[in-house]
Amino acid sequence: MSDTITEAPPSVPRPVAAPKKRNWIKIAATVLLVLFLVALPILTGSQVAYLKVAQYILIGTVGGIGLTLLVGQAGQLSLAHPFFLLVGAVSYAVLAGDPAESPGLVGLGFPPLLAVIGAVVICGLVGLAFAPVAGRLRGIYLGVASLSLVFLGLWLGQSLELFTGGTSSGRPPPTFELFGFAFSTTTPAPTIAGVPIQKQQRLWYLFLVFALGAYFLARGAINSRIGRSWRAVRDNEAAATAMGVNVARVKAGAFTISSAFAGLAGVMTALWLDLVKPDENEFTGNYSLTVAIAFLAIVIIGGLGSVPGAVVGAIVVYGLQQFFLLGANQFGWFADAQFGGLSAVILSAFVYGAAVVLVVLFEPGGAAAIGRRLTSRFTPRKER
Amino acid sequence: MGTFVQLLVNGLGKGAVYALLALGFVIIFKATEVVNFAHGSLVLVGGYVVFALKDTLGWVPAALLGIIGAALVALLVERVFLANARRADPNSLALLTIGLDVIITEEIVRRVGAAIPFIGDPYDAQPLQVAGITIFRTQAIALVVGAVLITAFLLAFRYSSWGVAMRAQAENKEAAALMGIRSSRVTATAWLVAGALAGVAVLFMATQDFSGAGLGRGTHAIALIAFPAAILGGLDSTAGAVVGGIVVGLTEALSAQYISFEFSKSAVFLVMLLVLVIRPSGLFGTKELSRV
Repeated sequence: MSDTITEAPPSVPRPVAAPKKRNWIKIAATVLLVLFLVALPILTGSQVAYLKVAQYILIGTVGGIGLTLLVGQAGQLSLAHPFFLLVGAVSYAVLAGDPAESPGLVGLGFPPLLAVIGAVVICGLVGLAFAPVAGRLRGIYLGVASLSLVFLGLWLGQSLELFTGGTSSGRPPPTFELFGFAFSTTTPAPTIAGVPIQKQQRLWYLFLVFALGAYFLARGAINSRIGRSWRAVRDNEAAATAMGVNVARVKAGAFTISSAFAGLAGVMTALWLDLVKPDENEFTGNYSLTVAIAFLAIVIIGGLGSVPGAVVGAIVVYGLQQFFLLGANQFGWFADAQFGGLSAVILSAFVYGAAVVLVVLFEPGGAAAIGRRLTSRFTPRKER
Repeated sequence: MGTFVQLLVNGLGKGAVYALLALGFVIIFKATEVVNFAHGSLVLVGGYVVFALKDTLGWVPAALLGIIGAALVALLVERVFLANARRADPNSLALLTIGLDVIITEEIVRRVGAAIPFIGDPYDAQPLQVAGITIFRTQAIALVVGAVLITAFLLAFRYSSWGVAMRAQAENKEAAALMGIRSSRVTATAWLVAGALAGVAVLFMATQDFSGAGLGRGTHAIALIAFPAAILGGLDSTAGAVVGGIVVGLTEALSAQYISFEFSKSAVFLVMLLVLVIRPSGLFGTKELSRV
């Protein structure tokens, strides 16, 4: 009897993970884009109006990313975005507002940074409060149910004048400050390459930080466990339950996160307009049904669920509108359009309405699918 | 008591108009499973035709042409856009109608311009005195017209061959096609009828009595109130649309009087939320079952 020698099996060479090929073109493009965005205030120089357009696109981007997560990734149709924008804007004004500066209005006087965080958290909580409704409904039923928040926001905005300032005058949003550095115009202004960095330039950098943060947070969420659970619930709730996904919690979570993004967009809207003012009616204004449709258009044009797509959608929907307005103000475009003419707002609505129709008919994946096709053309196929 | 009766007539009249709109949603949804977000713009098309023609042709021919116009635009939307995108699922087609809605609405609002006209000439702002109670003439006529049209529609839906074909297709599209029902014709007529109902509804909506909002974005937003009406009753139930419309009309009229005018639209949506929390598919809607 000899010892049974358990011979170690000839060691199979472990498959060495192929060194991850970096897509240098993509990285270079990203770096160039970020450099361009950082340098934008210098490029626009004293033409602050262009910078305002770019800031507005970033507002659409942050809100659009929030909605694309909810509609595209988690499969919950929502038209309530303007409501959360309003809640975010008002919360910021209330939390940071100085009671001495605005008599008759509620202002808690928190530091602005804390107020921004607070506004985002409040929006998330309000979104969470809607979860018992959102969790029970599906598809179009949820869409119309969420529409009720817009009407509720309209009414609350009009009646709670102590917080919102009322529809006639509104209230000014407190200046954003970061450790004593005010995001407003100061006399000895720092300059970069000869361009004074004043209020609008400072706001641009602030918005850029917000938008980049929102972008990477959303990408991170999509690529992680949270995103997988969203997609599982979107594709089949029964199957997701069987896989151990808590459907109710995931749905509530998606609504909360989307609302928080919208709240940040609301704070940005307040700073951009330099005014917090509830709407006078439900069909025109910054927190109205028109905005709900515009955000949905951003998401559709970009491709449901795609974060870079939301950026493209924001450029098409929010950017074009402000660009045409800019043209109208500066170069006298649409000058012959008194009433019944082709105004800037109407032209941009035509463009994005047509874009939505064309996307659904010919490219249901939206800008994201177009982008994917283009990049696959320029990158070599992987060998299998 | 007098106020209450007045409110009741007012609310029922509004409810009848909402029911007409909600029926449009429901027929289209039953035939195609598409939720028509462009309904508000069909309303505007009908109203615009009336506005453009009533001074030259007289009100009655203009109103008839308005109804036909709204119906034809609805048919056009179906034939040009939806019929050519059969592969797309109903949800993305609903998104497509959002795009169409934006375009049509902006175009009409542009054409109407600053005028924002009222188009209910023969009855608008002429209150009726019945037994010492003042009633809006618009709402009273809307109630009668609505009741007649809704009855006619429900009878046709129940007994005519079109109604049978329509219900068969809603029940099972493939089986209906095998029985010789022409699916595209059923779908097209559904849109045609829905458009015509929208064309009738606008005759009462763009008046001083109904809302004080002339033909324009305001009318378009009122058409959105028909959404809760359709949802509340259940999107695939014609009877539900009628009940939903009346509930919405009464809620709006009563809350505007007893709470506040600003709150009345929110009240409509709150009532809808309440119903949806208890019955997620509306009052009469088919419950969604998922087989595991």
